Amino acid sequence: MTRTITIDPITRLEGHGKISIILDDSGDVERALFQVPELRGFEAFCVGRPAEEMPQITSRICGVCPTAHHMAATKTLDSLYGVEPTPAARAIRELFYNFFLFEDHTLHFYFLGGPDFIVGPDAPAGERNILGVIKTVGIDAGEKVIQIRKLTRALMKEIGGKPIHPVLGLPGGVAKAVTEEVREQVRELGNQTLEFAKFTLDAFNKIVLSNKEYVDLILSDVFYDETYYMGMVDGDNRVNPYDGKVRVVDPEGKQVELFKAEDYLDVIDERVEEWSYIKFPYLKKIGWKGFNAGMDSGIVRVAPLARLNASDGMATHLAQAEYERLYETLGCKPAHNTLAFHWARLVEIMYSAEMISKLAEAEELTSPDIRNMDLKTPSEGIGAIEAPRGTLIHHYNTDERGIITQANLIVATVFNSAPICMSIEKAAKKLIKGGKVDDGLLNMVEMAFRAYDPCFSCATHSLPGSMPLEVSLVSRSGELIEKIVRNC
Amino acid sequence: MDKPKVVFYWCASCGGCEEAVVDLEEAILDVTAAVDIVLWPVALDFKYQDVEAMDDGSIAVSFINGAIRTEEQEHVARLLRKKSGLVVAFGSCAVSGGIPALANLTSREAVFERSYLTSPSTDNTEGITPVTRSDVDGHTISLPRFYDTVFKLDDVVDVDYYLPGCAPVPDLIIGAVKAVLENNLPEKGSVLAPNRSLCSSCDRNESKPEDVCISEIRRVVDTKIDPDICFLAQGVICMGPATRDGCGQACIKGNMPCTGCFGPTDNCEDQGAKMIAAMGGIMEGNDEQSIRRVLDGIVDPAGTFYRYGMSASLAGSMRREKQK
Repeated sequence: MTRTITIDPITRLEGHGKISIILDDSGDVERALFQVPELRGFEAFCVGRPAEEMPQITSRICGVCPTAHHMAATKTLDSLYGVEPTPAARAIRELFYNFFLFEDHTLHFYFLGGPDFIVGPDAPAGERNILGVIKTVGIDAGEKVIQIRKLTRALMKEIGGKPIHPVLGLPGGVAKAVTEEVREQVRELGNQTLEFAKFTLDAFNKIVLSNKEYVDLILSDVFYDETYYMGMVDGDNRVNPYDGKVRVVDPEGKQVELFKAEDYLDVIDERVEEWSYIKFPYLKKIGWKGFNAGMDSGIVRVAPLARLNASDGMATHLAQAEYERLYETLGCKPAHNTLAFHWARLVEIMYSAEMISKLAEAEELTSPDIRNMDLKTPSEGIGAIEAPRGTLIHHYNTDERGIITQANLIVATVFNSAPICMSIEKAAKKLIKGGKVDDGLLNMVEMAFRAYDPCFSCATHSLPGSMPLEVSLVSRSGELIEKIVRNC
Repeated sequence: MDKPKVVFYWCASCGGCEEAVVDLEEAILDVTAAVDIVLWPVALDFKYQDVEAMDDGSIAVSFINGAIRTEEQEHVARLLRKKSGLVVAFGSCAVSGGIPALANLTSREAVFERSYLTSPSTDNTEGITPVTRSDVDGHTISLPRFYDTVFKLDDVVDVDYYLPGCAPVPDLIIGAVKAVLENNLPEKGSVLAPNRSLCSSCDRNESKPEDVCISEIRRVVDTKIDPDICFLAQGVICMGPATRDGCGQACIKGNMPCTGCFGPTDNCEDQGAKMIAAMGGIMEGNDEQSIRRVLDGIVDPAGTFYRYGMSASLAGSMRREKQK
């Protein structure tokens, strides 16, 4: 009897993201489909809007990572108006972006994905949350997390107007200059973020890396897929979330693409499936070969580990040391271990903390020269940024007044949507045999899911934080055979 | 005595309203100490069935953010209405449609065509578009349909109070929760934010000349904005005169004009109409030609005057009626 298993992350709520697992006649897994059941249509309703409003309009794609869209749109405006930001504007933008990267990765590690590791994958679901993390790493940690987030977001408000949906980005510049007084606050925050990053990596070392069981889990076959990787790099091929060229490496680590954002259409295509509102991007030159990993399949992963894999190193000293340690431990570069995305995220927390300190000392930071007004007549602009969850591309066409006539957006989580299907299918194949579902399935599916930190605010809008799961085994005639529910 | 039960729920939204709650920082601990949060999908266990099983009216207050776009969202909004003593529309999308409601300027067909057929990065010669029921290897896989129109919350359920903002700000959120806890609520239907225009508290108000007179409308794209002078006096459209106070001048302190996310004040039914009237009063010239010249500078009237209010606009009401 063939059956379909539906896993609805937000119990029964259609609007938020859903997994369907299809079994064959012998009850083994045939396919796993990760469905995104919502579409908001930004690309259509941005038409007719003035281009300069795009940083504020597109930030509403996601209130969790508004800064990523805001900054991608701002860079697209630079391209559209053929204008380079002034040195001060660039420093302010990059600083603001590193604030965001730091607080967003921190939120993920402590509140969302981290509990799987810190508290332990086998711990009772009720303890796998921020409170469990605090219990494990110490009560001070909880205060530290709240405190550092508060300080970071206060400075984001000062510099960008609002931490949720900021307003600083303009073509060739930013709206507001940074004062010496604010620089002093940035300096102070830089010291604190650095301390916090060290503390976090230290905790990860002690709790996760010194535990053989956890390391084996990271290295296990279930969470392993050999794919292509993509990420933005600087001129020395080091990770650069704010700016640079986009680099793609193959499953053996060999560079296959190094392109400017403007050339993305030569490299990326997207596939449409009838059963999801999300599209599935792939490398154009290799082509769409289905939901498969490997050298012959165009599927390419993005986000922290993909960025590290696609680069030759980190641009800051302490992050570089962590980068080296990661690959030494995993024993292979590129690392194909999906759970190592969590670790890579910590390497980037260190990077962003170091960058905050570095940019606090940049002389140009407090220059009043924050806008380059040498604007050309607009017609087309393309910009890219590394969102916390991966490469994000905005592409606008306008009339000569700068009114949007076409918009195309490729969002980070979208790149990882096919790999998420594959990771889930792998876990499902291992844990569903002959129609019998192992109790560990929900755990494994959830862990595979969370490693990508899929931002459903971008794709739909449910955070993978505490994700109660429900698996229903339904016969072809629609009869409910078995239901497994796990509340977090 | 049991603590009052509170729900935070999201419909078609971006997650920013959830972040706004997390941004209460330490104060969130006071909130959780005083109330029992029975449903908050982003952060806590989702006990949908438990909510279904509750007595009608047993939830003290449901804070619902996001616009209404799918059947499912409408269904949950109705369920929460039934189970809750109070329903608060939380944030611009629930209050008046918000940014997603700009989709009311286009259609579901246009959204599909753009996303799946004409997008330059999509290779789709077969013309595949997502369907509500599809066949995958002999199995029927379903997707929900979404409405052609984006609705505000009170289009589908009775709303007791409104908390505006994209996103609402911490002190107003705390104020709303306290007002519920202390049973110190204003008249039903009130907006839980000051009933005065943003201009009244704006630091730049003093720099506003007695008679602002605009001879040309300027865009932020090619205008260097003076950080101390009233935006309107600089010729840049600022929605301040037609927008409710309460955000702490967040965008203005970022040296960008207000785009109107707090919606209008009590005495105004249509925010865009009020702003257009305000503009009329400050434009130079009396003859049609010079007024037309100034108006030509407003390159996107709908997106400027109804940025967050498309679901509440009088002009859009016919479409809403037709959909319902």
